[in-house]
Amino acid sequence: MAEKRTYEVVFIIDPTVGDDEVMRLSEAVQKIITGQGGSITKTEVMGKRQLAYEINHKRDGTYVLLEVEGSGAEIAELERRMRVNDQILRYMTIGVDEDRRRADKLKDRRARKAERRASAKNKASGASSAAAVSESDE
Amino acid sequence: MSSNYEDRDRERDYGFEREYERAMPGRGGARRMQRRKICRFCMDKVDLIDFKDVRLLQSYIPERGKILPRRISGACAAHQRMLAEAIKRARNIALLPYAAD
Repeated sequence: MAEKRTYEVVFIIDPTVGDDEVMRLSEAVQKIITGQGGSITKTEVMGKRQLAYEINHKRDGTYVLLEVEGSGAEIAELERRMRVNDQILRYMTIGVDEDRRRADKLKDRRARKAERRASAKNKASGASSAAAVSESDE
Repeated sequence: MSSNYEDRDRERDYGFEREYERAMPGRGGARRMQRRKICRFCMDKVDLIDFKDVRLLQSYIPERGKILPRRISGACAAHQRMLAEAIKRARNIALLPYAAD
């Protein structure tokens, strides 16, 4: 399984956990991932925000977003660790490259369409101007 | 009694369609005429609906927290699918409620 995939991992940390502890946690996460041969392309602490519903009787939490590249083994390990950790209220991993590929495809298709339309228009306007020239000749 | 309920259900089911999709000549009158909405996401050329975009998603969940159906949101099938997926993801990590109140 040499194929690398891109994942987005979001997890919610207990609101009572302090800022330095949050940093420590994300460092630990980084270590887990690099230890398994993956790499982190983006880390973003989205800050404390209110939860839409209570999780473990908590009304808010600190959101952390990661973008991870790897084979999947590090995701399994990370999820196992997060499941055990009481400070992490919730986590979610999403494979994003499928969605991105689709988005790229759509973008591509749109660009090609626009190009075709533009070239068709050019041809049409070129033809009409040629017609206008021949008309003025007469 | 049961036919009474059926009548009510029918009324409820077709109410929106009448209002949003079709102009019914003779029945609804000119007031009911409304052009079928076209997909907002297609207009904006959205390729990907992100589950973290709570602001956007919020406009597609009414008070109750349900996903706004296509006949009302006006989204095309592809975009409604993306939207539904994004809302479900946002619910999972408590950015949006599963059910409000």
